[in-house]
This record gives sequence, structure tokens and C-alpha cells, in this order.
Amino acid sequence: MSEPKQQSANRWRRFADWDERPLRLDRFAVEDPQNGFAAFKGAKDPAPGLAIENGRVTRMDGVAAADFDMIDVFIAEHHLDLDLAPKAMAMPSTEIARMLVDFNIPRTELTRLAHGLTPAKLAEVVAQLSSIEIAYAFSKMRARKTPGNQAHVTNAKDDPLQLAADAATAVAFGFDEIETTMRVARNAWANALACSVGAAVGRWGTLFQCASEEAEELQIGMAGFTSYAETVSVYGTEKAFMDGDDTPWSKAFLAAAYASRGIKMRCTSGAASELLMGFHESKSLLYLEARCLCLQRAMGVQGTQNGGIDGAPLASTMPGGVRELMAENLIAVWLDLECATGNDARHSESEIRVGAKILPLLIAGSDLICSGFGSILKYDNSFNPSSFNGEEMEDFLVLQRDFEADGGLKSIGESEALALRRRAVDALSAVLADLELSQPSAAMKASVVVASGSNDTESYLPRDVSLISEEIKRRGINVLDVIRALARQGYREEAENLLNVVRLRVSGDYLQTSSVIRNGSVLSAVNDANDYAGPGTGYRLSDQRRRELVSIRDVLDREEVLRTEATYARDEERRIRYRVLGGAEPGQPKNEVVIGLSPAFGLKLYRSLAGHPLSALLRELVGGITAKGGQPRIVRMRHTADTSFLGLSAARLAGSGIGIGLQAKGTAVIHQADRLPHHNLELFSNAPITKLAHYRQLGENAAIYAKGEMPEPVVVPTEGEAMGARFHAQVALIYAIETSLAVDGAQPEEIEVDFLEDRP
Amino acid sequence: MIRDDNRMKLGLTIGDYPLAEKRPDLVVSARNKSLADLTLEAVEQGAASLEDFRITPRALRLQAEIAEAAGRPTLGRNFERAAELVDVPQETILQIYELLRPGRAKSKIELLDAARLLREQYGAGTMAGFVEQAAEVYERRGLFTYRF
Repeated sequence: MSEPKQQSANRWRRFADWDERPLRLDRFAVEDPQNGFAAFKGAKDPAPGLAIENGRVTRMDGVAAADFDMIDVFIAEHHLDLDLAPKAMAMPSTEIARMLVDFNIPRTELTRLAHGLTPAKLAEVVAQLSSIEIAYAFSKMRARKTPGNQAHVTNAKDDPLQLAADAATAVAFGFDEIETTMRVARNAWANALACSVGAAVGRWGTLFQCASEEAEELQIGMAGFTSYAETVSVYGTEKAFMDGDDTPWSKAFLAAAYASRGIKMRCTSGAASELLMGFHESKSLLYLEARCLCLQRAMGVQGTQNGGIDGAPLASTMPGGVRELMAENLIAVWLDLECATGNDARHSESEIRVGAKILPLLIAGSDLICSGFGSILKYDNSFNPSSFNGEEMEDFLVLQRDFEADGGLKSIGESEALALRRRAVDALSAVLADLELSQPSAAMKASVVVASGSNDTESYLPRDVSLISEEIKRRGINVLDVIRALARQGYREEAENLLNVVRLRVSGDYLQTSSVIRNGSVLSAVNDANDYAGPGTGYRLSDQRRRELVSIRDVLDREEVLRTEATYARDEERRIRYRVLGGAEPGQPKNEVVIGLSPAFGLKLYRSLAGHPLSALLRELVGGITAKGGQPRIVRMRHTADTSFLGLSAARLAGSGIGIGLQAKGTAVIHQADRLPHHNLELFSNAPITKLAHYRQLGENAAIYAKGEMPEPVVVPTEGEAMGARFHAQVALIYAIETSLAVDGAQPEEIEVDFLEDRP
Repeated sequence: MIRDDNRMKLGLTIGDYPLAEKRPDLVVSARNKSLADLTLEAVEQGAASLEDFRITPRALRLQAEIAEAAGRPTLGRNFERAAELVDVPQETILQIYELLRPGRAKSKIELLDAARLLREQYGAGTMAGFVEQAAEVYERRGLFTYRF
């Protein structure tokens, strides 16, 4: 054989195959603690330690108070509970690690203990845990009992019509929060208005944020369009913090400012941000993140967006990087913070790595498993592609169903989706017209309703949006203006829904830790506290929630199979007629090959899994046998539906001792009378990819065996399709129909077959 | 314009949460409307304005009590600081935030002035102390140098 071109003779070609896998687009980095590439063990991570004199911290994690940087000061002053700290710090880290995975130790005891632990101590404790222990501890320690999810709603054109439609669909999928941002910064006001209207379609209670420049984001919040914020980033080294143009005090001031405006707020931090910014101080990802998280608790924010976030791809280049992302999520919930657990910036081109990364959090449950999930297509995500995007929505829905795990989402039907999108587009168009901001055409609206992404739309472009956005800002249009416009234009339900979200501010209930809105009520770590204490406790799916999770699109059942078969029956009636001649007896001719049909063949089932009419299968077999000098005889087995026994029984009836077993699903076997049941001559086990030509060859080979010769076995080529995944549900349902007709000891029937298409 | 809020603690527990459902009697808008008054009809008729949908210092202090009762003292303290900022105008908030960012204040004095403003004009004593702490730390860490 000649060597294919461009293949080195001196390389195992499997490496070339691997080169082509999406995984190889990911670049991995060597562990290098000195240069900041270390997940758990940094070159300069300090040993945990705390010294207190006269009610003041004099030394923390190896640094004397006089040398404290701003982060140290803030943690020492505002995080540490000095009454608890001496005892807490004296506990061995291994003991605390065991407490984290011990369901007999209440969560509240551990969250209180954390008030007395320094960053280095927290990091040292969670570093003791394996990945499964981290996930388990996370499920025990997370703050709110009921899991939730967050969506990104953005598009490449900043098109408000599409934002409204996509916000409405995201709400229907069950997202508790939606987050938007812009391609063009000045479009923030239009984005905010559009998403707030879209999120009011269908039901109320989805919280909404518009990620933009700090001051503008606060102004948009003040105008009532948004209900939460999460872009308040913190960092684990002082230099990175300053490079981010903030300090712990400026961020803490902002945290209080958001609360003073009645807006829910969480900070953002994640592994490797310091490394990306060039100020890692040779410390590990986990230690720096422990500092960020202590700082956030010290600031008094209710929660964090944490788990790598924009640094997740970099963290994932390192050994143990993905485990570290889970570990920092654990520290966050141990510190009693709401945790929006990352899984946004896509950390890998490998779908296997993406699925593996989400799984521990999916089965553990999370306040907001993604922060966020790209509810739109990848190219429309103005934050960058997420782990999961519009493309992969159904994969996520199936993962929920596979593991009976609540990832916060549910399926929506096609007509429901279309109706919601139309309603959202119409409602927003009415508002834009009412407020004299714009008059979208019917063609624009129609293109958006059915669009999967902005490449499909004939709608607003970024410049059009800027004019609308600047007008909203200039005229000081606020959410009440929008609510009035909705009401005036006949969208009272949407007006009520939007007003309900705005009304949340008055009580401030949703400012408490881990708040989401479910069924018109605030659900938070206060009134829905995670009370996991072992099997049977904590979050469990309700019957209703389970029904939502399992109700994915396009599932098979027995009625569906029978209905489909009934439609094939009519076609088969025109092609073939089976006539029962009576009980089948052993035949004499030495060239006789018996074809043993399964019980439901042509009686209840009419098509093979490959979609061939059963009449065609029989024609090919009969034709093949005849072509090679064999004499075909057809018998229906009534005592078995099993391929091997169909073949063996047929062989025992055949004058040649060679028989073919044929099931209605298309599985076929050549058997010989004196062989063991499962020791056949040839088998077509992959019915879905078996072509008519293969059946023809099988018939020919059977006739050759009948002559006592040995043919070249027929091989049905496979490309590694996951046949079980594609067909086994159908196979099981079909096979049950076959076995239901089988009767113990029933005699085979002689069948005369008439191929009606051959008639003149 | 220091508002004379009732700062007395009510001894709320987590059983009083959510206030909107369990203690609607305590939830009153800035213009003294109850949640039940804040309807779509009221908005349409102009009887309820955006002012009515703003959180009040009192609501934040009640939420601080609940946070404390739920074992989250730092969250409670943030709500208390926030209560002090409710009546601070947006421009002032943004000015002080800007001043707290690295290199914006050229000396400790500027931050101390901001703290005094918070304390004297808005009765925001806790927040003022917070800004004063920042001034001390910024000085020690050399943040008052010019940044390009």
C-alpha cells in the first residue's frame, strides 16, 4: 500500500487525528508557580496565621499589620470576627475540611466559623478536598436551597426588537436573571428599555441588569430599568486592584450606593484575573481568590459572581485549574455569599470539557449555575461565547433530565416560543411608537420574531439604536414612562409585570442574600435557606418541577411507534401480500434456504430501522438466494422474536441446514442447523445502517453456504455512530411489539409471499 | 436636610421576612404610600411617582436587622451604610465614588472633606467614618500620588 501524502512515515497517525480535534485548539500551560501559573500552590502563598493584640490584628497570613496592603487592612477590619478568630484559626485545616463534607455539621456552624478564618486558612482547608468532595461540600454549603440560572441577552446589532424577543424567550426558559450589554456603549439605554419590556412578557419576576460603565449603570438603575448589578469587580492583589482603577473602599462605597438605590448587587471576582493583569505576586489562583472573597464579605455585598469568570479560560490551562474554579466557588458559599458560579466565558473548545465542567455544579445545585448562560447564539453574545449558548440549550435541558438535576431551566414549545416572541416585539414596538422614539416596520418585526440570531434579521443597526438610546437618555425617560406607554397601548399585563419588578425596591426584600423571584415572591437564603443535612434533606425536585425537567421535545412512546407503523402499513399493502399456508415442516431440497421472519414482521411492523420497507428486504434476500442457485422458502416464527433463534429455527427447517433469521427492525443473521444458538455464520446487527444491497449479498452468501462453500462475509461498514443513542428507544418499543406476539411452543407457519410490484 | 428616621430597632427576625408579605405594615414608600397603593392605576393617574418606588432608609435599616438575624452582620452593616446614602444626591454619590478611586484625591484633605460633607450635610456618620478610614490607608499606601 502506498503512503498517503503529507503523512510522515515516522509518526503514529493517531496524533494527526488528535491534532484535528477541537480540544487541540485549547492551549495548555506548564505549572510555573513563580510566574503565577499555579492553581493551589503558589510560590509565595503564605502559611495561615493570625495574631491579635489588644483587640487589633497585628499579623495576618504572614504579614505584619504595618505592612498590610489595602486588601489586608480591609479584611482585617471588616471581615474577621476577632472574638471567633483565635479559636477558629487554631483548628486544624484537615478537621475543618472534614466538617465541610460532614452532613452532621450544620451549614450555619461552618458559615459562622468562616467569620474567624483568614484567606490563607480558607484556601488551605478547601485545598484538602478532592473534586468530588468540593462538589459535595458546595451542595451542602450553598446559600439558597432552590437552584437557579442566569442568561445573557445580547445581539450583534444591539437590535432592541431582538433583545425584547430574546428576553421574553429567556424568561420562558426559566432564567431568574438576564444580563445584557452592548456592542456600542452609548446603546445602553435602548438595551435596558428593550430588555425590561421583553422580560415583562409571559410572567414577572426575572431580574435584569445592563452591564455598562459604572456611573451610567447606576443611572440606568436609578431610572428603574434594571434591578441588579454584578459588574463590581474586585482583585486579590493591590496592584491589580489599582490597575482596575478602584480600591476596596471605592468598591465598598459603590456597594452601599447600589443598596441605597434599592438595586440588588453582587461583586465579581475570579481566578487568574491578577495573572491576566500582570500582578500575581507569585501567589496561587486559590489564595488570591480567597482574598477577593473575604474582601467581598467584608464589604457587605450579598453575593459574588465567581469561578474564574473572564479568567476561567486561563485558569483552565493549568493543572488542577478546573478543580480550583470549583474550590473558589466553595469558599464563596462557605463565606455565605450568593454565588453565581461562572460557567460563562467558555473555557474550552472541547464540548467534553465544557460538559464535564458544568456537571458537578449542576448536580450540586447553584444559586445561579451560569453567570450567564448565552441564551442567544454564540455570535450574538456581546460578552463572548459562554459555556452554554443558544446552540447548546437543548444539551443543557437534557443534562437536567439525565441527572434529574435542577439547572433552573425548562423546555418551551415551538408555538409558545413564537407567540412570546411576537408579543414581545409588538409590545416593544408599541412602546417605541408611543414614546415617539421610533416606528419599526412590519417587515422588521416579522424578521425578528422568527430569527434564531441577528444574521437572520432585517432590523435596526447599531447606529439606528444609538439615536433611540441617546433620545431615551436625553429626555430622561424612566421605567414608569415605559409602564404607562405599555398600558396606553393595551399591554396591561406587561405593564403590571414590569411594575411588579420595580415595586420590589420599596421593601428591599430582594437585597438579601441569594434573592430571586419565584411565583411572585422573593425567595432568598433567608426564607429558603439551604438546610441540607444528608439524604432526603435539602433541595429535592417537586413532582411538578420534575415534570418540567423531563418534558423535553420530541420523545418517543409506544403509541407514537404504532401510529408511525400504521402509516407504513398502507404503503406495504400495495407492495406485498403474505398468505399463511399452514404449519411449516422441514424441507428436503439440498439447496433450500429458509428465511425465518419474526412474529410481527409485516403484521404490525412494516419498516426496518434504516427505513427500508420490509417487502424490499424480503425481495433482496429472495433475489440473492435465487441468484446463487438457492431455493428460498419463507416461514414465520411464532415462538420467538430473538434473531439467533429465528435464524437457528429457520436453519433447522431448511433442507440445506442454512437459514436466515430476519427481524422487522432489519436485524438479520445467517445460521446453520448444527451450531450453538449464538454462534451464527453472519450477523447484521446494525440494522439502521444496513443497505438493501447488503441484504442482497446476505441472501447470496446463504445460498453459497448451502452449497457447502465459504463466501466472503458481508461487512456493513460503520462510522462509529452511537446506534444505541439513536435507535434503542425505538428498538425496545418495536421489540416489545414483536415479543408480545410470541407464544411459547407455537409452530412456525409456512408463508407464501406475493410481490405485487412484480405483477404486470 | 437630615431626615429624622425612626432608627429604633424593632427586633425583627427572619420570620418577618419577606417584609412585603409578612410585615406590609412596615413597608411604606418615601411619600408615605403602602405597597397596596402602588398600583398600575396609581402610576397611570400620576398618583405614584418614581419617588414612591425608591427604597427608604427605614426599609434598609429593617433589612439590616434581618441580615443580622440571619447571621450576616457585614451585609447588615452595608445596608446601614446604604441607609445613610439614600438621600445623598446622585451627583454627590458619583463625586465621592470618583474621589475614592486611586489617584483621584491628591491629598488626604480631599477625602476628609468628603467625609465631613457626608457627616454634616447628610447625617451619614458611618459612611463618613468609612471614608476617613480610606483616607488613612490611602496615605500609608501612597495613593495620593499623581497617576497618569
